[in-house]
Amino acid sequence: MLSQEFMRNALLAGTFVALACGVTGWFVVLRGQVFAGDALSHVAFPGALAAAAAGIDQRIGLFVATVAVGAAIGALGRGVLARDRASSPGSSPADDTAIGTVFTFILGLGVFFLARVSTSSAGSSGIVGAHTLFGSIFGLTGGEARLAAAIALGATALTVAIGRPLLFASVAPDVAAARGVPTRLLGIGFVALLGVVAAEATQAVGALLLLGLLAAPAAAAHRLARAPFAAIALAGGLAVAAMWGGLALAYAIPSLPPSTAVVLIAVGMYYASTALA
Amino acid sequence: MPIRTTPTGTVRTPADAAHPTLSWNVAHDVAQVLEYHFMLNALLAGSVVAVMAGLVGWVMVLRREAFAGHTLSMMAFPGASAAALAAVPAAWGYFLFCAVGATAMGWRSGAGRRVSWSEQSASIGAVQALALAAGFLFVSLYGGVLGDLENLLFGDLLGVSDGEVLLLVAVAAGTLAALAALGRPLLFASVDADVAQARGVPVRALSLAFLLLLGLAVAATSQITGVLLVFALLVAPAASAQALTARPLASLVLSVALGLLVVWLGLGLAYFSIYPAGFFLTTVAFAIYVLARLISFAAGRTRARGAPADAPAQPTGVID
Repeated sequence: MLSQEFMRNALLAGTFVALACGVTGWFVVLRGQVFAGDALSHVAFPGALAAAAAGIDQRIGLFVATVAVGAAIGALGRGVLARDRASSPGSSPADDTAIGTVFTFILGLGVFFLARVSTSSAGSSGIVGAHTLFGSIFGLTGGEARLAAAIALGATALTVAIGRPLLFASVAPDVAAARGVPTRLLGIGFVALLGVVAAEATQAVGALLLLGLLAAPAAAAHRLARAPFAAIALAGGLAVAAMWGGLALAYAIPSLPPSTAVVLIAVGMYYASTALA
Repeated sequence: MPIRTTPTGTVRTPADAAHPTLSWNVAHDVAQVLEYHFMLNALLAGSVVAVMAGLVGWVMVLRREAFAGHTLSMMAFPGASAAALAAVPAAWGYFLFCAVGATAMGWRSGAGRRVSWSEQSASIGAVQALALAAGFLFVSLYGGVLGDLENLLFGDLLGVSDGEVLLLVAVAAGTLAALAALGRPLLFASVDADVAQARGVPVRALSLAFLLLLGLAVAATSQITGVLLVFALLVAPAASAQALTARPLASLVLSVALGLLVVWLGLGLAYFSIYPAGFFLTTVAFAIYVLARLISFAAGRTRARGAPADAPAQPTGVID
């Protein structure tokens, strides 16, 4: 299995993307922001199309769109969280209506750019480019895999670096704010970071893997482990395990798409954890 | 003013309306739009859906279930691909998967005790990932290209047939009747689930029933706006209305009115442009939402400034 180059590339990118999704996912689940992560993976496509319509590198459009929308969601969401936070943390919905409205508008813009690109002269090549940008994990080249792994590793390191204050700000925002932790900045910065992860993961392995790996292993880790840093490590470990298991399964059964296999294992872990704890 | 010839006997199609011109005479413009049967159907279907989405969406926003609504709209993907695999109409697969997804989410969200929001959002995410994964599997098993994928994603508003209008009216009537029947207990359970449960309201059954209704509404709305843009009618009008007024009945009526405004304005603009209707629907909806948030923000500021200085300290903002 490892003698195939596409498999080595998939494993390299997949391992680190899974690690990043698992670790950031733990905070995403803690803060109730799975919907935000989902929305960020949707705005990647309009971003790439807008770049195609403007005639610039589509990757730039992709990252700008996810990071900008991430920051916007972070900014809007904090305002509403502060008003609606009635009881304990984690019980307040992180402003789902604002997220829904913003990402639907961005998708509407995507329809507009789709029409523009397809009627302009540079048309079809732009659409083809945007489609190939949303790859499958088995289609990565060596360079793409290394880039994906590096960005994912950087995002993981950054999440761990801001881990302690972010945890404090997520669990007890008011106490954290009183102690001088910049909770608002952390909230916006975290969703922007999530935007980077979403852009890279969507581009390298597809939006489906992002959502599956962000929500399921982290939710399982929340149920299985109480101590925060042990749970974060567990979330990363479960996500990587789901990735390896899924890739091996997809390699063994050719008719099974790799992303389906990975997500099936990850969601299986989550439902198993709800049965255990 | 040019002489308008009313088409008698001949059926006019979108191709005939290739070059409509917008003038400053609003009455003429409206008459020009209404001349075409396909526009009339689109407006009718859009209005029916706007009323239903305005009401169901209002409850959805109140219950903070936008993520669940989005996940239900994603059920179109496994639904359509499973239907292609089984060689049945796509709508059957869609409705079936919507029901399955609603049941899965309702079962998780009400498992014995009240689940925290973080747990709930994670379990909805898991359901959606599972549904999309199933969709990918079906597509790869099917091996072919899904026809009408773009219509599924972005809607085919200008191709609504008479039969589809009737179907939408029937679905809307059924959904609204069920919503009216659930009305009071549903509202009670949405506003304060704990008290409602203590009073013997079947909170869990209500939540499941509402998710099923939401599935119907999402499936019907997606016929107009496409799967990706359902929130233009489902969330934006309701969220705008709830930002503008806190009185339930007023915001409910406002939600429906704003939904109708989005459809009429969006369709009218799309008629005079070469760009797709979905873009105009979402843009109008988003503009209304931003405006509503700004108005409610400004109103909050004036109210805060108008409060007497020696009044007892109001717990504004954070209440812990």
